[in-house]
Amino acid sequence: MQSDTTKYTISALVANKSGVLTRISGLFSRRGYNIESLTVCATEDPDVSRMTVILIGDEYMLNQMIRQMDKLEDVMKIGCANELDCVYRELLLAKVNANSETRSQITLINEVYKAKVVDLSIDTMILELTGDPEKLDAYLKVIEPFGILEMQRTGVTVLARGRHTLKDRDCYGDHVN
Amino acid sequence: MKLKGADILINCLLEQGVDTIFGYPGGAVLDIYDALYRNGKIHHILTAHEQGAAHAADGYARVTGKVGVCFATSGPGATNLVTGIATAYMDSIPMVAVTGNVGLNMLGRDSFQEVDIAGITMPITKHNFIVKDVKELASTIRKAFYIASNGRKGPVLIDILKNVQTAECEYEPAKPLPPKKIAIDNGNIDRAAEIINESKKPLVMVGGGVVASRAFDELKDFAEKIDAPVTYTLMGKGALPDDERRNLGMLGMHGTVAAARALIASDCIIALGTRFSDRVALNRELFANGKKVIHVDVDNAEFNKNVNVTLSVLADVKTFLQELTPKLEGKDGEWLKTAKAADGKKDAVANVRAYDILKKAAELAPEDSPLITDVGQHQMWAAQQYPMNKPALFCSSGGLGTMGYGMGAAIGAAFGTGRLCVLVTGDGCFNMNMNELSTAVTEGVPLVILLMNNGVLGMVRQWQKIFYNRRFSQTTLHKKTDYIKFAESFGAKGILIDKNDDIGAKLKEAFDFAAHNLEPVLVDCRISEDDNVLPMIKPGAAYETQLKEMEDD
Repeated sequence: MQSDTTKYTISALVANKSGVLTRISGLFSRRGYNIESLTVCATEDPDVSRMTVILIGDEYMLNQMIRQMDKLEDVMKIGCANELDCVYRELLLAKVNANSETRSQITLINEVYKAKVVDLSIDTMILELTGDPEKLDAYLKVIEPFGILEMQRTGVTVLARGRHTLKDRDCYGDHVN
Repeated sequence: MKLKGADILINCLLEQGVDTIFGYPGGAVLDIYDALYRNGKIHHILTAHEQGAAHAADGYARVTGKVGVCFATSGPGATNLVTGIATAYMDSIPMVAVTGNVGLNMLGRDSFQEVDIAGITMPITKHNFIVKDVKELASTIRKAFYIASNGRKGPVLIDILKNVQTAECEYEPAKPLPPKKIAIDNGNIDRAAEIINESKKPLVMVGGGVVASRAFDELKDFAEKIDAPVTYTLMGKGALPDDERRNLGMLGMHGTVAAARALIASDCIIALGTRFSDRVALNRELFANGKKVIHVDVDNAEFNKNVNVTLSVLADVKTFLQELTPKLEGKDGEWLKTAKAADGKKDAVANVRAYDILKKAAELAPEDSPLITDVGQHQMWAAQQYPMNKPALFCSSGGLGTMGYGMGAAIGAAFGTGRLCVLVTGDGCFNMNMNELSTAVTEGVPLVILLMNNGVLGMVRQWQKIFYNRRFSQTTLHKKTDYIKFAESFGAKGILIDKNDDIGAKLKEAFDFAAHNLEPVLVDCRISEDDNVLPMIKPGAAYETQLKEMEDD
């Protein structure tokens, strides 16, 4: 990939119906771009889903993706979160080895990271942590030595701080679609 | 009133002013064809193959500016449309393709002739729909036409399930949705005027967007006002008459010497409705090297996609030129003279029989005849040598380069204009969809088919000459087909041209016959397998490297 790559967070309001995800992921795959992370769920309006896509690439790739997505009938609003001051959150569940000796060490780490234990068995623990992706990365590094049996991250969700909302943005679709 | 879904479809098509449909019936569209039969107000042209129907709808749309409509059944009927839809998508041609599909209770069970055509056509349509509920049918059709014909035009597919066609629903007639005007940023008009007024050597580059927005008068006024030379991409051919003195001809890989020189010498390119494809920009870094570029397009995603520009203006070309031209100052005309001077040193006139045939055909064809081409050497010769002096009558697969496009598109263009059409094709292309000659005969289409018969796949062969050391892998056709007999067996007339001296008389015979008998005439034009398309700029190369003759010939 290009040398000057950045991690871009694209937010979009899209129609909440079948096929929309395929249309959008198709725009990435036909250009050979990889979706780093994808989060999508319905919003306060049941007809509208909010989608957060992480793209690692350069500015050209970002502009193309935003403009191509903006052209889709099913995409109502779109913007790049990097331009704004935003709150990023992601949730992690990790199942780790935890016997009677290591349990207390893990609990100590959890106190620092404000992680929770949501399941406990004789030799395992499921840990839950919410935070920005970097915090999750750091936490994973510390618990890795205990042995991660399986894990799942939800992908990034993002909202801009203050009154700014994605709904208010002026997009290409407002002029043409 | 309460109507069945199939009748709602026909009524909605009538709302949109549809009077011609190209298609092919089948199990999953029986109800639609029954409604068509009972209604009786729409002329349906039965093609030989669904691909022909899709190309016909495309050709019809190009010459009329209206949305072309084609019908096909589920499964293979739908997949046969795919190449035609992709062709329309690449050239931004407004089209609505209607397919039937199995009923909701059969969906996803690998039922007979079931295929996920919406999934298949997702990347080659502007948008597509699966209609599962009859209550959504009317609004979906109206929206499909709106999407196809607004903004950057393109194909839309509607897949209508069998149960929707038979279910009843309340139908209220409605007018087509009003088109949405794109508001132009006034600052951009002023900036564009400033850049053009400051430039010494502006070159106008015309793309398919000018044809799509029907901005022909505006283009002429604009070029006159700044006294600038004009060049066009394949998709822009005919937007400015070829016999107009400012017109330098086509730009690009096989563009004219004059256009290439003007591009090199220019200091400002005004690119109207073009996407700087690799067949025109060739090398996207070197193309506009140090020049000012103003890019006008309706599609926001085209800006800085291939070529980085000085100013991008999101606008319909027609409104843009209407607002821009009054703000421009006249130029002294010296630049146009210089650009035209290169025109005198016209492209090396090789002894290519196709040139003579095309020039003679252009003389004989009525002035407002559509010209349709297939894809390959003959297509480029036609683009170079066949003057289009009336707009929106040139139909050619530019973006996708679809061999086999011509026969179907010619039928569509004939129904769109009601005039005699000229199809320039090659023996490679013609063999792909020659079945549609039967459609042209049945429908009484006055069509002159100039079959440039060289027994090889000429364009591919030319590349093998240049880039593959003359290893002619699979480009020699070795066919024993007698095209005259073939035409006759289909009920058409066949004429042979195998001598230069015959060209005038035989072509006259062909045009007279087609016009008087309202029948297709196939002219088997025997040409040399060694003729090349020149000039040529190699892919990725700079305009300075334009070849006027073959290096090794």
